[in-house]
Amino acid sequence: MQKILIKNGHLVDPAQQIDGLYDILLEGDKVVQCSNNINDNNAKIIDAQGKYVFPGLIDIHVHLREPGGESKETIYTGTRAAVKGGFTTICCMPNTRPSLDNVPSVEYINLKSEKDAVCNVYPVGCVTKGLDGTELAEIGSLVQAGVIAISDDGCPVSNAFIMRRALEYCKIFDIPVISHCEDRDLAQFGVMNEGAVSTKLGLRGIPNAAEEVMVARDIILAEQTSGYVHIAHVSTKGSVALIRDAKKRGVKITAETAPHYFTLTDFAVEGYNTYAKMNPPLRTAEDVAGIKEGLKDGTLDCIASDHAPHTKEEKNKEFDFAPFGIIGLETELALAYQELVLKEKLSLSSVIEKLTKNPAEVMRLKTKGSLKIGFDADLIIFDGNEKFKANNFISKSSNSPFLGWELQGVINQTIVAGKVVYKS
Amino acid sequence: MLKTKDLLGLENLTKKEIELILDTAINFKGVFTRSVKKVPALRGKTVVNLFYEPSTRTSKSFEVAAQRLSADVIDITTSMSSVVKGESLIDIGKTLEAMKADFVVIRHAMAGTPKILAENISAAVINAGDGFHEHPTQGLLDLYTIRENLDEIKGLKVVIVGDIGHSRVAKSNILALNKFGAKVTVVGPPTLIPDSIKEMGVDIEYNLKKALENADVVNILRIQLERQNKNLFPSLREYTALYKVTPEILKYAKKSVLIMHPGPMNRGIEISSEVVNLKNAVINEQVTNGIAIRMAILYLLAKANK
Repeated sequence: MQKILIKNGHLVDPAQQIDGLYDILLEGDKVVQCSNNINDNNAKIIDAQGKYVFPGLIDIHVHLREPGGESKETIYTGTRAAVKGGFTTICCMPNTRPSLDNVPSVEYINLKSEKDAVCNVYPVGCVTKGLDGTELAEIGSLVQAGVIAISDDGCPVSNAFIMRRALEYCKIFDIPVISHCEDRDLAQFGVMNEGAVSTKLGLRGIPNAAEEVMVARDIILAEQTSGYVHIAHVSTKGSVALIRDAKKRGVKITAETAPHYFTLTDFAVEGYNTYAKMNPPLRTAEDVAGIKEGLKDGTLDCIASDHAPHTKEEKNKEFDFAPFGIIGLETELALAYQELVLKEKLSLSSVIEKLTKNPAEVMRLKTKGSLKIGFDADLIIFDGNEKFKANNFISKSSNSPFLGWELQGVINQTIVAGKVVYKS
Repeated sequence: MLKTKDLLGLENLTKKEIELILDTAINFKGVFTRSVKKVPALRGKTVVNLFYEPSTRTSKSFEVAAQRLSADVIDITTSMSSVVKGESLIDIGKTLEAMKADFVVIRHAMAGTPKILAENISAAVINAGDGFHEHPTQGLLDLYTIRENLDEIKGLKVVIVGDIGHSRVAKSNILALNKFGAKVTVVGPPTLIPDSIKEMGVDIEYNLKKALENADVVNILRIQLERQNKNLFPSLREYTALYKVTPEILKYAKKSVLIMHPGPMNRGIEISSEVVNLKNAVINEQVTNGIAIRMAILYLLAKANK
């Protein structure tokens, strides 16, 4: 079996509490040694001197758009964007067409991934049939077919009774119910955050309450069912407070936020910038501060991109008509590094934890998110000094509010299952 | 000279630029009293009226303004259905550009559409009202009317009554009046007044009497009849009981209070007929002034885009 030895790199592996110079020996698709000063004459050497080495990153919230939205993204292009961004494992959301509410659709993802993907792809199944919130999908069959969580992402499960049943039922499989928290009655036809900017621009607003009311509901339901809820894309300070409080009480809850929620405010929408239109929307500076606080104190477990590709034609429209969503895989690590480690002074290890160990735990990926012996040979080599301009995306779409930004932190190499799949 | 290709809103115009527009409008208003109400300033220019929303006052006002400047006017009353059919705004703009339109006057239910159009075509785009965003020519004609009647705008207390949150007229008025140092108070039910409007530099009141104290100007907005179905207020009857402007309630304002309404009015709902007939009501003057303002805009933009 082929051996790769990564030497002289600065390994940050929060699951092993490693933050220092370590060598890593890979054999085939597994890690066989992770210690100081390994030598192996049969191994291909990769010198990571002056660079960081991280376990392969895991993004639990990605829209690959296939099947049904191939003009926006495919498994082929989306996984290539992922490995460029340092992700060796991604979870794809079920709001495809058809949606992942049935076994053949999930099997299609698996087969297509085998053929086209350059990283690990785990599908997330639907909570309800057709994502319409009224009837539970055949979750057990979906789990057998390979889904590792369920979510009606893009649509909230509005009916509290259905959400209750989903949380209860999923206890059989020990998988998270991922909740897109949005009270549609409160959100109405909003297209951006409700506040001074929406008033000035004359755009309909989505209040913070639309998210927080739903977060509160899901906490109560998780608590009463002792089910496991994972809150997707947290955007408000109030949601962070609710989740923090729930965790203190021992509720089985985890949560993620996305780089745009700790980097941008609703001012980014000014000029009717549809590349700053996503759901939940960009909030205020106070919310951004709340999100950072939640990342610091561990209330927010994961950073995930909510990578949501849309074509130029779809986005170059009246603000109201343009779809929600932005891409994120290729800017995520650099934004986390730049905004949280360099500016906010979070430890690099705590940030990498939210991209490796924690998402692996949320998704019950038992051999990922760390470079322990016997774990999967997924890792990346990262240069924290190098800068790049965010354009020329590998993703099929370029709908990013960070388009043209200069970002710090470049992925030099990405290794998936012991194979180099990306080199800068 | 205006420095912009388009008129998208009042937010980014300076006080000086607005004064230039108002002063230019004075000259054009003089034309109206001549036997031949026409000047050749825009001869050979084409103005396209692209209205995605129903409008009589504004579209005809632009048409008259263009004609009095000797421009040719094309009316495209596009119903929303063409958008639903998939015809994109940008493609319509490109078609008009291919027809060599010099001006496109656009009215649209969605905020920000004039900006998209302006970014995609070389013709001058004039915003004739976009969603809840701005209605700059209305703001200008209101300002003109106030200045014409009360001379100095600085220090005036201007009260805007009604559905502030959904009103582009209110927004453009607030932006313009603040640049000239007026004090603006908005009044209406809290469901129609977003708190964040404060950040545009206005005072919020929920009580009409209190709001009208010492008012120099009261600008009464049209209440959209369909709003009552959206639980923004329980019924028109209740709205009328709380916010209808009547001669009695105007006693709380200054005696000389200038009464304005952008039209079209719902008599007996937001404004009583008696108020419309008061001698300090300038609702029809607003219409006349609107033509002068739009002539000034067309003229100044033509000069700027030469």
